[in-house]
Formats: sequence, structure tokens, C-alpha cells
Amino acid sequence: MTELLNIFILIPIIGFLISVLMPSEKEKWISWTAFLTVGLYLNSFLIYVVYWLLNGHPHLDVQDITLFESAEYKFFIDFYFDKISVVYLSVGAFLTFLVTIYSRYYLHRESGYKRFFNTILFFFIGYNITVLAGNFETLFMGWEILGISSFLLIAFYRDRYLPVKNAIKVFSVYRIGDVGLILAMWASHHLWHENITFFKLNSAELVHEHLQNHSFMGAFISFMILLAAAAKSAQLPFSSWLPRAMEGPTPSSAIFYGSLSVHLGAFLLMRTFPFWDEQISVRILIGLLGLTTALVATPIARVQSSIKSQIAYASIAQIGIIFIEIACGFEYLALIHFAGNAFLRTYQLLVSPSVVSYMIREQFFNYEPRPHTFEDSLPKKIEYSIYLLSLKEWKLDSVMNYLVWKPLKNIGRKLDFLNVKTLFWFFIPVFLFGLFLLYHEEMIPEGVEAYLPYPFSIVGLMMVMKSYSERKSPELSWLLIIMNHFWVALAISFNEHFSLHEAAFYLIGVTLAAILGYACIRKLRFHEKDIDLNQFHGHSYEHQKLSLLFLAACLGLMAFPITTTFIGEDLVFSHIHEHQFLLAFFTALSFVIDGISVIRIYARLFLGPHNKTYHEIPYKSS
Amino acid sequence: MKTHHIVFDEHEVLHKLKHYLPAQAPLKDFIHHNTLHAFQDMKFYKAIQTASEMFGYKVSLSLDEYRKLYQYAQINPVIFEKVIIAKKGAKNLTLWKEKLLSASYDTQKTARVGKLRANWKQKYYVDLDLIVHPALFRTLCSYLDQGIAIWNFPVSHIGFLASIQEIEKNTFTSFFKKERAKSLLLKENVNIVELLHILVGDESLYEQYLFDQQFAHQGWAGIVSVIEDMPQTLIDQKKISLKELIIFELLLEIDALDNKYGLNWTPLVNRLGAKPINLFAKVVETELDEVLSIWQDAYEWTYYDQVFTGLKMEQTLKKDKVQANHSFQALFCIDDRECSIRRYIEKQDSRCQTYGTPGFFGVEFFYKPEHGNSITKQCPAPVTPKFLVKEIGTTEKKDTDVHFTKHSHTLFSGWLISQSLGFWSAIKLALNIFKPSMSPATSSSFRHMDPFSQLTIENKDINDIENGLQIGFTIPEMAQRVENLLRSIGLVKDFAPLVYVVSHGSTSVNNTHYAGYDCGACSGRPGSVNARVLCYMANHTEVRAILKENGIDIPQETQFIGALHDTTRDDIAFYDKGTLCPENLERHKENKVNFRKALDENAKERSRRFESIDTCMSAEKIHDKIRTRSVSLFEPRPELNHATNTLCIVGRRDLSKHLFLDRRSFMNSFDYEVDKEGKYLAAILNAVAPVCGGINLEYYFSRVDNHKLGAGTKLAHNVMGLFGVANGIDGDLRPGLPSQMIEVHDPIRLMVIVEHFPEVVLATIQKNPATYQWFENEWIHLMVIHPETGAFLLFKEGKFSNYTPITDKLETVSDVTPLLEATQENIPVYFIQ
Repeated sequence: MTELLNIFILIPIIGFLISVLMPSEKEKWISWTAFLTVGLYLNSFLIYVVYWLLNGHPHLDVQDITLFESAEYKFFIDFYFDKISVVYLSVGAFLTFLVTIYSRYYLHRESGYKRFFNTILFFFIGYNITVLAGNFETLFMGWEILGISSFLLIAFYRDRYLPVKNAIKVFSVYRIGDVGLILAMWASHHLWHENITFFKLNSAELVHEHLQNHSFMGAFISFMILLAAAAKSAQLPFSSWLPRAMEGPTPSSAIFYGSLSVHLGAFLLMRTFPFWDEQISVRILIGLLGLTTALVATPIARVQSSIKSQIAYASIAQIGIIFIEIACGFEYLALIHFAGNAFLRTYQLLVSPSVVSYMIREQFFNYEPRPHTFEDSLPKKIEYSIYLLSLKEWKLDSVMNYLVWKPLKNIGRKLDFLNVKTLFWFFIPVFLFGLFLLYHEEMIPEGVEAYLPYPFSIVGLMMVMKSYSERKSPELSWLLIIMNHFWVALAISFNEHFSLHEAAFYLIGVTLAAILGYACIRKLRFHEKDIDLNQFHGHSYEHQKLSLLFLAACLGLMAFPITTTFIGEDLVFSHIHEHQFLLAFFTALSFVIDGISVIRIYARLFLGPHNKTYHEIPYKSS
Repeated sequence: MKTHHIVFDEHEVLHKLKHYLPAQAPLKDFIHHNTLHAFQDMKFYKAIQTASEMFGYKVSLSLDEYRKLYQYAQINPVIFEKVIIAKKGAKNLTLWKEKLLSASYDTQKTARVGKLRANWKQKYYVDLDLIVHPALFRTLCSYLDQGIAIWNFPVSHIGFLASIQEIEKNTFTSFFKKERAKSLLLKENVNIVELLHILVGDESLYEQYLFDQQFAHQGWAGIVSVIEDMPQTLIDQKKISLKELIIFELLLEIDALDNKYGLNWTPLVNRLGAKPINLFAKVVETELDEVLSIWQDAYEWTYYDQVFTGLKMEQTLKKDKVQANHSFQALFCIDDRECSIRRYIEKQDSRCQTYGTPGFFGVEFFYKPEHGNSITKQCPAPVTPKFLVKEIGTTEKKDTDVHFTKHSHTLFSGWLISQSLGFWSAIKLALNIFKPSMSPATSSSFRHMDPFSQLTIENKDINDIENGLQIGFTIPEMAQRVENLLRSIGLVKDFAPLVYVVSHGSTSVNNTHYAGYDCGACSGRPGSVNARVLCYMANHTEVRAILKENGIDIPQETQFIGALHDTTRDDIAFYDKGTLCPENLERHKENKVNFRKALDENAKERSRRFESIDTCMSAEKIHDKIRTRSVSLFEPRPELNHATNTLCIVGRRDLSKHLFLDRRSFMNSFDYEVDKEGKYLAAILNAVAPVCGGINLEYYFSRVDNHKLGAGTKLAHNVMGLFGVANGIDGDLRPGLPSQMIEVHDPIRLMVIVEHFPEVVLATIQKNPATYQWFENEWIHLMVIHPETGAFLLFKEGKFSNYTPITDKLETVSDVTPLLEATQENIPVYFIQ
């Protein structure tokens, strides 16, 4: 029975691969592939669930392939199946199935028909991996796939400015959530001294025993999980990304941001519930976060005058309540609430264009000039203030900007001394010297060695910050990201013994991706001469293949689970000691900005309004 | 004459801005109009070149597209050369042929608009639009909202700016980030000049700055301008003006700059350097412009020429003496979508006669449905009727759909609803996907009026007045309208026992542009009420007595019967059948069968454009699929509306009865013998030019630049305040047509074909300068068919000249079905034997 679980990963993967091979002008073939994939999945899943129920619905755990193994470290794929998986997978499969059929007709003649179904299936892979994941590592794989497919779907209309801009915004928020997950993984390595499976977390004694002496570590892990969950489920302070994600074709918005993707934060909490079950403070924190979100999102939903943002905020408020339910331990209620909310919002989004004729007709007969709402009974000054604040979404969008992105950019701008010249004449030699020292540790003065990882990782961090804020040269920006990986590797090598084997595992993926990406940029420059990072260029209009190739390179460079770097990244963290929070934080931050910077380069070069205007070009305001 | 100091005249600039901004009304009143109406005082090519230069629009197909059309024989080489010779002279033929076919040009477009404001980003490193737009759009949308928000804009009755001031005065927070903008807002008489002085600093640049600013979000600016002029277009009326919008926007801009630089910034002029080219500077025609206009002419005439060949073939047919013994007559709307249904009805019953006329049937009034609390106009948009027709005695109940309830968006009821209704949504969604059916979300033409209701058509007491509108028409008023209608279409004798008055409407779901699918002559509503009103009038004995006096003798046995044709579903409903006499009821039963068969056939003809339907199936089966299509949530193209329209034939049916025009023609019946002086012709052409011309040009421009002049793909649209659509939540409103409506359209200008004496036609169009402008400036073409010689006379530069079709002969077919089944693309004109 447990072995069969794999087919729910395999079906979407095979479907996805077939769909990628389809010729893009064959709409029928493409949609049939998607339809058959999800249809087959849905049917086999239902049969499986019946079988599972008849067999006493056990918790299933299957340890799959081990991808990397060393003396003290083991990276393996693990799947886990219980009632939470059942609910999430059935809702997911059911909605994906319906939306697939819906989109077959809805997207007819849309340029990007194939891209749409590819991305839907890619998303479906990510969703299944995440929901079926039996340990953090596997879950993180799914999580990354979801992030990138979200980016691609929001930027589906890649020739327009707003979708691309918002796609980057959403991706960046997701990436912040990833910090949480990365650090939670790191801390739990140290807590459990293994890649703990969710199955094992069910053992209350085990959890209790480990947390007893490490209550701080326990709280830290829980907090990091909550950070990841809040970002994914658009809870405070991240909420403003959700309405902005509604840029793709309506069915994709419906299924992703109306239902599946946005409820995954709640899933993460339910999945890890046995871990923080006993930590009252964590439960209170989760409950409070949910409550605050619900209270803030509701007035925002009430003042929205566009249909999709109204649905988005209404949904955020409900997810807030789901968080409270989870914190209270009402798992069943939360699951029912999740399913109901997912169905409702999907349907509401899908019928949202009908709202015009429906409401206008409604008003024609039942028009009431200004329906009295409870806010009208508030004192005027308070009413106006709350209204205005809600209209501005409690400044959530600008707060993120001021707290996170602006400072990053500002630091980056102060790093102007990082240019191609200094890179080659200073930082590469210094790096080589560092490398030299690594093999001649005897030359390092006593006591210094322990501190070396810090400056090195800070140099790495500087590299990505500069890369993120670089406005001119895409090549420089790209080189800096590569350098960052090398500096991180160097830093960790000083920290603990990081074998050559491990370092190679980490760097080989990066290197290949780096070379490929650099070649792509050079090729683009050869054709287009003027390319910079100051604006969107939209070169995917003419260079589709190159754009795809470069995207692949980007995925490689951001340690997406298609290269060994993904495992290497985990490996790096296993070498950061449990007391080295700062080092862990620097490294995590590097990885996160890495991803954002890479996606930024991709978007600036290949997405957005095309800078050649011999064809129809959208306004920047669309 | 130039004065020395350039003065910024605020009033004039606002007026000018409003002239250039998009003039599209809110969605519920969507009416087609010429997208580039602001340039209509220039000749077509000059106008589009100017518009393109100023605003960066793409205004024709691209050079590559034309060349491809030529390559695939969609542009006739003979006509191609003829056009070159006409424009460039015979001796330049080779040279220009070379230019058109293979010379390379720089086809990149730049716009003049936006150049000045671009300096904020270039010289001040601040992207004002990025900062200002979201806040501005949100505030505007919330202020104008027609019923999406649950908690409305707290103050709205005192005007836009006053409401903003009122809120700003009474709040702990602010619209702004810094003090200066706030205090400027609250100052008495804050004005545009003062704000521009702070921002721009040079009076000669103010006009250009405002154009740059408003055209950075022409959708929002446009709707504000429309609502300012026509507040009644909103059910929940709002006071707003373009001036207020500009003031608020200028304040937000000042605030954004203050926020970035404190008070340490100086007006734009100080860092400007060279002034950008004036927006209104003369536009010089380039060689590329010329090349494109030649291509466009060749493209258009390739199509027109076939039509004239067909008309010529039609002329050679021996016309049987009109037989008086008609089975029935049917009046349809002029609409191009009724072009094919008329052909099929005539095929089903060769003894019937069909007519075309604008679908409000000459009766103009406001309609008030029972229990409705506002009125809706049932005539062309520019007309303001003084009559009111009320619906009484309805029996139907309105359905509601809980999914649209706002309770699901609040905290606690949302909690309950999502756990209960949520599961019902899943079932509904599955049902709609596997078995689509009519639901409350569907916008259906048949719901416009209860078929069994009574209408207050006759005015018995002249003092019966409601809100300044006379309830119903008096007998003379009725007689006059019926007479006008009958004379204008030339139906003054040989009445059949049954005269159908067939209005039209449409059915769709998930369609924000639903109003554009209904009858344009009824201000974007179904015409069912008009059909019933006209029939009541024409059946009225006293009315008939007056008509008889005036020379129109309608036999007593003749009865008029109203109907509604749903152009999406190809269904038809007949009204007031109970009033038919037994013999006519029998006849009606027979006719009904013919109507049904014709509708099946029509559905089949339409289906060839739809990917999801196999046109080779039987007509009945296809018709069922067409019906399903109209109620499917996932179907962005319930019907193709006016796509491919190119012709308007004003004349007798015999002119074009045997032509297969592929649903591309508006058809207005007209008999020059009945209207010798062109009195009724004037009325017809006064409507044809703006209505059909407007539809044609809106399709034209949305097709050639769907991004800037159209609404882009509808799949991503987000409904804003119930009055418009935008991309995402922070985008500009998107006026124009979505890509799904125009993708099969060929951008060809309307060719109006009129049968009458040229001098009469000329005198007729010259009567109304607005109408004359359409023809004179070539926004639409005019060809007159001489009733006696049959000669084709093309109107150009105020004169008529003979036109002889190049094409010899059209292909003749006896049945069009094989053609329909063979292709999805446009079908050339065929002659049906």
C-alpha cells in the first residue's frame, strides 16, 4: 500500500513531461494531456482512498530514494499519508481537474496555451510533493516548485508590466517564507540529529523528550514554521501579495490564489502540529496571528471595490480563522473550513465576471442609495480613519517595501565598489587566498579560524545584495550571485570540515547553471546590444528559446530541486553549528536574496513590455 | 497669430483633454463608437497617422501582415496595382510595387505623449506613476463604485474633491504622506495652475504635462470625463469632474516628490533641458505611412470589389414581377448578425419577405420594468425620448444566486458560509462544467421583459406624466411612428396577413461586455419591448385609420406580431400570440416551423467559427450545442457579435438577395420609389453613419491595436466597481473591445451602399454636417447604385465617379453548406443560385 503512494507523484510528473513535449499549436493534444493526467490521478486517488479507508486508514510513511549520504548526514525523500493529506489531495485533485476542463475552452486561442497547461501541471507536481511530503526536505522541494510555478502563472501575461512586477513581488514574499523553512530545517537537524520525518513527530514522547532540554530550539523552529506558513497563506504582515497575485487568467487565479496555494500555510501548520502541540506560547502566537489577520483583513475586504481583491481579502480573513482553529487543535474543523473556503472562493472567482450583469440587474430592482453598515454608527473620525486605512490596505504593501526591500536595495547601492574590476582584481584573488588557507590551516593564527566563516559569509551576502540592487550590467549581477555561492562554500569550509566531495556536490550544480546563464546573457547582448537591469526589456517576444534556457539556468542557480545544489544547500546548513544563529541567518539570507536576484534578472531581460515597438505594446498601466 | 506670452487656459485645456480621452460609458451602457472620434475632423489616413504619432497607437495592420495577406492571395494583385496607380501614377508603379512588397522600413513606433513626464524618471529618478497610480485608482474606484464594496465611500454626495477634503479633515490618518499636499488640499480654492506651478514651473508646458499625466491612465481619466458629462449613466449617481481628478492627482504627485526629497526639489522645468516636441505639432506623413495606406486600400477594395461584382450579377437576373401573395413579412434589425437568418428564412419560405431597419423600430421611449426603480432607454443613445412605457402584471420571479452575496466576504457569516455553501459551490462548479445550464448569473435577453406582462403603450390622458415623461403615446404619435417606419423600409402595400417584428438580444454568462451584445439601436438592451410596442401601434384600428388617410392601407386581416431573436442561442420568442385571429394563428403555426428550421440552419452557419463545435453535424445537434455554449461559464466567446462587419446595404432586398455575404453586412431596407426626395433616407443615413460606422471602427481599432485601443484579453479582467474592467487590482481601466471579440475581425472600413439617385443621396448627406463628415473624411465609404442605369457611383472628395468591378464573375453555388463546413476563415462572396 505504501509503495503505491509514489504513483501520485509520478502521474503528474509524467503528465508534465509529456505536456512539455507537445507542439504548442496543438491545443487539443495539450489539453487532453492535462485532462488525462489529472483525470487519471483523480480516479486512482479515489480508489486508493477507499482502499485506505477499508484498511483502517493507517498513517503511512514511505522512505524513498536516498539522494545523498555521508557519515553524519543523510538526505532522503520521504512520503507520508494521513487524513490531512487525504483532504488536501482530494480538494486539490478535484479542483485542478475541474479547472483543467474549464481552461480547455476558456484559454482557446490564447497565446501561451501550452505554457498555461505546462505550468498548471508543474504546480500540480509541487502541490502533491508538498502535501505528501514526509519530511521537511521533501516538503521544501514541493514548496520551491510551488513558488516558481506561482511566479510563472502570475507573469503569464508576460508582455505586460503589472503581471511581471507583481509576480516578482509575490515570489519575493514566498522567498521570505523560505527563510523560515530553511532555518526550521537547519534547527531541526540539530534538534533531532537526523532528517526527522513527520511520521516520527507523531510520537509525543519523542517530541517531548527532545524539547525538554531544548525549549528555545523548539520555539525557534515553531516560529520559523509559522513564518513560512504566514507568508504562504498571506497572513500578516504579508497579506497584500494575495490580491496582487490575481494577474493571470481567471481560472489560474481561482485555483491558486483562491484555493490551493494559499491554504498551504495552514497545511504546514497542521502537518507540524504534533511538534508544537505542547508549546502553549506557540499556539497562542498562531492563534493571535490568525485573529489579527482576520480582524485586519475583514475591513479591508469590506472596502474593496474590485471583485477579485474583495474575494482575496475575504479569503485571507477566513484563513486567519483557520489558523485559530488549528491553534486550538480543532483539526477536523480546520480541514472542513479549508475545503469549504477553497471551493467557495474558486467558484466566486470563476463567476466573477458575471457580477456586473447580476448586480446591475439586482440594483435595477432593489437599488438602495447607501445601505447602512455598522461602521456608520462609529464616531465620524474613527469611521473615516478606519476606512482610509483599509483603503490603503493598512499600508501593508508599503510596509513590506520599507522594512525589507528598500533597506536591501540601499545597502546594495552602497556597495558600488563591487564591480567587474574589483571582482576580478580583488575578490577573486582574496577568495583564492582563502582557498589556499583552507588547505594550509597551519598558517592561520590560533583562534582566528573559528571566526573566519563570519567575514566570508558576510562577503557572500554583500555579493548578493549588490547583485540585487545592480541596475546596469546583468553580467555583473549574475557573476555576483555565482561568487556568493563560492564564498558561502568557503565560509562553511572553515566552519567545519566540509569535504571536497560535499563542496563539489554543492558547487557543481551552481557552476553548470552559471555557465549556461552567462552564455545566455552574452548571446542576448550579442543580438540586442543595449541590455541593462534598469527596466523590463521583454525579450522573450523574439527570443523564446533563449528565454526558456535562461530560466532553466536561473532555476539551477537559485538551488531549485533540479540540480545537486538543492541538496548541497541543505548540506551547507548541516555544517552550521546549532549556536551559530548569525551564520545560519546570513547564509539563509544569502540564499533567499539569491533567488530574488536571479528571478529579477530573468524578468528584467526577458519579461515585461517589449522594448521594440514594431508591434502592439501594452501600456505600462496594464 | 501668436501672442507673445503663452497663456495656459485651464478651461480650454480641460475641454481639449475631454475631447481626446476615451468616451466609453460604464459597462451596463456599453455602446460601440469610433475609438478615434477625436480625430474625425480629419481625413481618415491623416487622422490615424496623427493619432499614431501623438499617442503611439498602432493604427493599421503591420507591414508584414499586409505582405502576408498578399502572399496568401487575400489581396488581389490587380487591385493592388490599380490602387498604386491611382495614388502614385502609372509611371511609378514599379518603384512603389517594390516599396510595398519588399522595401524595409523602420516600423518602430514612438509616442509624443508621455515624453515630458518621462523626465521625472530620467532626471529625478522617481517613477511617479508607480507611486501615484495605485492610490489614485483605488480612491477613484471606491468613490465611483456601484455596488461591489460592502462598506461604501463614507462621503460621496458632495462631489469628489469635497468628499476627499471632508475625509481628510476628519481622520487620524491621511491620503498623503507629507504635510504640504495635505495643507494644499485643505486650502480654499486649490487650483490646477498653482499645483502645476509647483510641479512643472513653466506655463508653456502645463498643457502637455496634463496630457502626459491623463494619458498615462486614459481609462480612468476617460470614465471620469464620461461620468462628468452623463452622471445619469450610473445608477448610484456620483458627482465628479476631470478637473477634480487632476487636482487630486497633482497633489499625490507633489506628495510623492516631497516624500522622496523633502522640500528640496525644484519644478520639472529646472532640470528639463530641451523641451520635448509639442504634442500638437504638425504630423508629417512618412513614406511608410503612405505604403501602409496603399496596402489598406488594396486590402479593402479586394473585398469590396467582389461585392460589387455580385451586385452586378444580381442586376442581370430577371426579376419576376413582385407577387402580391406573400405568406408573411418579417422586420429584422439592421444588425449584421441578422444578415444570415434572413437568408435562411427566405430559403425556408420563398413567399415571405424580410426587411431590415434599426432594431428600435422607430419607437423611442424609456422602459420601466415592474418593480424596477429606474428606467432604461430603448432607442439609439443620442436620442432623448419623452415617453415612458411601463411593464405591469408580471408573473415571473427573479432568481438569485447566493454566491454573489456579500455576506460571504465578512468575517462571521463568511465563516459559516464557507463551511456550508462552500461545498455547494463545488457541486455547482462541477455541474456547470459538465452540464452548463441557465442560472441567475446568466444575462439573458428573454429576461428583459416578462412575455405575459402588459405594457402601457397607449396614452389615454395627456396628463399622465411620470418624472417628466409622458406615459405611452397618443394615437397621432403612434400613427406618425408607424408611418415613418413603414415608409422608410418601403413597406407600404401588399401586406401579408402576418407581419413579424423581430427584435434581438443575446444571452451570455461571465461576460462583462454583455451590453455590447444586445441591440445597439436600443442603447445596448434587447429590443423586445420595442417590438411589442410597435406591433400594438400598428394593430391599433384608429392608427390604421390615420394611416389609410395618409395612403397606407393595411388590410384588416393583417396582424403585426412582436418577437425576440436571441442572437447567441438562436432562439426566438413570439409575443402576444393571444391577439392573433384564428386564421392567423394557423398561419403562425406554420411559419413557426420555418422559423425554427431557419434558426437551426443559422446556428449551423455560425458554428463554423467555433472550435468546440463540429460544423458537419446536423443543424439540430449543432443548435443544441450553441445553446449550451451561451450558458457555459468557461466560454469566452458565446457569440462573435459584430466581428467581420464591413458592409451596409441600404436598398431593396432584391439588390443582394442572392449573395452570400457571410454575415458581414448591415442591411437597411429602403425603396427609393417610396422616398423620392430622400426624406427617410436622411434619417437612415444619419443613423447608419454613427451606429454602423461606430461599430465598424471600434472593431477596426480594437483589432489593429488590441493593447492600446482595445481591452486586451478578457481572461484576466477584474471587474472594477461594476462600471469597468482592469487588469489585476491596480491597473488602468481598459476601454475598447477584448481580444476575444475581435480576433476574427478583418480591419476593413464600412462600405455603405445606397440605392438612389446620386444627387438625392448627396443632398441627403449634406443636410447633416455630422453625417457628411463621416463620408467626406472617408471614415466610411459610400457607393451609390443608380436605380435606373444600375451604375455604381463611388463618392470621393465630394463627387461621384463611376466604378467598374475588376472581378469578372463570382463563383456560383446552389447550397452554401459545403462552404460552411469547409473553413473557419472568412469566406469570399458567393452567388447563390
